[in-house]
Amino acid sequence: MPDAPKEIETLIEMMARLPGLGPRSARRAVLHLIKKRGLLMQPLAQAMQAVAETARECLNCGNISTADICPICESEKRRNSEICVVEDVADLWAMERSGVFKGRYHVLGGTLSALDAVGPEDLRIPKLIDRVEAETVTEVILALNATIDGQTTAHYIADQLEARVRVTSLAQGVPVGGELDYLDDGTITAALKARKSL
Amino acid sequence: MDWQDTGTVLIARRHGETSAIVEVFTRAHGRHAGVVRGATSRKTAPSLQPGSHVAVSWRARLEDHLGSYSLEPIKSRAAAVMSGRLELAALNAITALLLFTLPEREPHPRLYGRSETLLDMLGETEAWPLAYLHWELALLDEMGFGLDLSVCAVTGAREGLGYVSPKSGRAVSEAGAGEWKDRLLPLPACLLNPADAAAADIALGLRTTGHFLANWLAPALGDRPLPPARRRFADLFARQS
Repeated sequence: MPDAPKEIETLIEMMARLPGLGPRSARRAVLHLIKKRGLLMQPLAQAMQAVAETARECLNCGNISTADICPICESEKRRNSEICVVEDVADLWAMERSGVFKGRYHVLGGTLSALDAVGPEDLRIPKLIDRVEAETVTEVILALNATIDGQTTAHYIADQLEARVRVTSLAQGVPVGGELDYLDDGTITAALKARKSL
Repeated sequence: MDWQDTGTVLIARRHGETSAIVEVFTRAHGRHAGVVRGATSRKTAPSLQPGSHVAVSWRARLEDHLGSYSLEPIKSRAAAVMSGRLELAALNAITALLLFTLPEREPHPRLYGRSETLLDMLGETEAWPLAYLHWELALLDEMGFGLDLSVCAVTGAREGLGYVSPKSGRAVSEAGAGEWKDRLLPLPACLLNPADAAAADIALGLRTTGHFLANWLAPALGDRPLPPARRRFADLFARQS
C-alpha cells in the first residue's frame, strides 16, 4: 500500500525514472520539493514546462536548443572553417566546458554499431557531408569516444570526407594527472603509439 | 552454479544505468551471456570492448539463469586496432560473425583457439588478412558447411584447381570447369595453401567464403542476412588491395 496520496506517488514514480535516482532517492527528492514548494518546486515546474515547450534539435548541427538554430551555429564569433564532430549533446557540452574550441559542432546522435545494426543512414552523417560541401570548412575534427564503435564511426566518416577536407581526430593516451601505474594496458598502448618528440 | 573460464568479449549491451549484459566467447562454455555490475565504471568499461581477452567467473542460482559475470582483463585488443581502418573493420567482422553464428552455451574449442590467434595477430603482423581468410573457412567447417577443396569434383584431379562450385562447395579444376567457368567462384592458391599471398588473391578468397557464408550458413541460421560488418570489411579490403 502506498505511503503517500496518489498524485505524490505518481510524482515519485516519475522521478525514480530519472538517471541516478531510484525509488528511495526519488522519495527523498519529492519530500524536499514539497517542503520547498515556493522556493524550489514551483520554479522547477515552470522551468520544466518552458523547456518541454521549446526544446528541440538545432536544424543545422543537432545540438539541443530552444530555437530552430542553436546559439553556437548563430554566433558570428565562432570559426566556420572547423567542425567538431561529437557523438551526442553531452559530448558537445563537455567540449564547450573546456572553452578551447572556437569552431562549430556537429552532433551525430550515436555511433555506428556493427553488432546493433546501426548504419550511417541512422545517424546525421549525410547532413555532415552536406555541411562540409555547403560551408567553407577546411578541417573536420572527430571527437568521438575511444571505443570500438566510436573509432569505427570515425574511420567511416574519414573515409567519406578525406577527399574533400582535412580530417583529424582527438589524441588518445595518458590523461592529465594520470599515473602510469593506474592506467589500463589499452590506454598505455594507445599512448605509446601516439608518442611525439619533445 | 559457478565456473571460471577465459574468453573474448563479443558485445556488451547496457542494462539499466550501470550494468551491462555481456556476451563472451569462452573456451569451455562457448558463447555465454551474463550480467556485469558496474560495467560503466572507468575500471571495467575498457575491458568490455569487443575483442578484449578476459578471465571470467560466472555465477547463477540455476544453470538456465542468465547469471552474473565478474571479469578480469587479460589483454585489451581495442587499442592495438583502433588506429588501423582495416584492422578495426576485421575485428568488427570477427566479433559480428561469431555472434551471428555461434549457438549459445555450446563449446567450440578449436574455433576458439583459431579466433584467439587471429585476434592477437590484428595490428601485430602483416599476415593477418590471410589468417582471417582461413578463419572464415574454419568457421564454415565448424558450423558444418566445410568446403572440399582437395580434389576436382568433375575430373578427380588434384592439380590445376582454380574454381569452387557455388552449389556443392567443391573444387573444380581448369580442365573440369569448361564452359561453366563464368558461373564458378574463384579458388585462389592462398585458399589451398596458407602461405604468403597477394592482397588481390585474398580479396578473391573473401568473395568465395562470403558466398558460402551468405548462401549456406545464413539461411541455416533462420535466413537472417549476414552482419553488415562482414560486408564492410570485405569491401574495404577489396578497395585497398
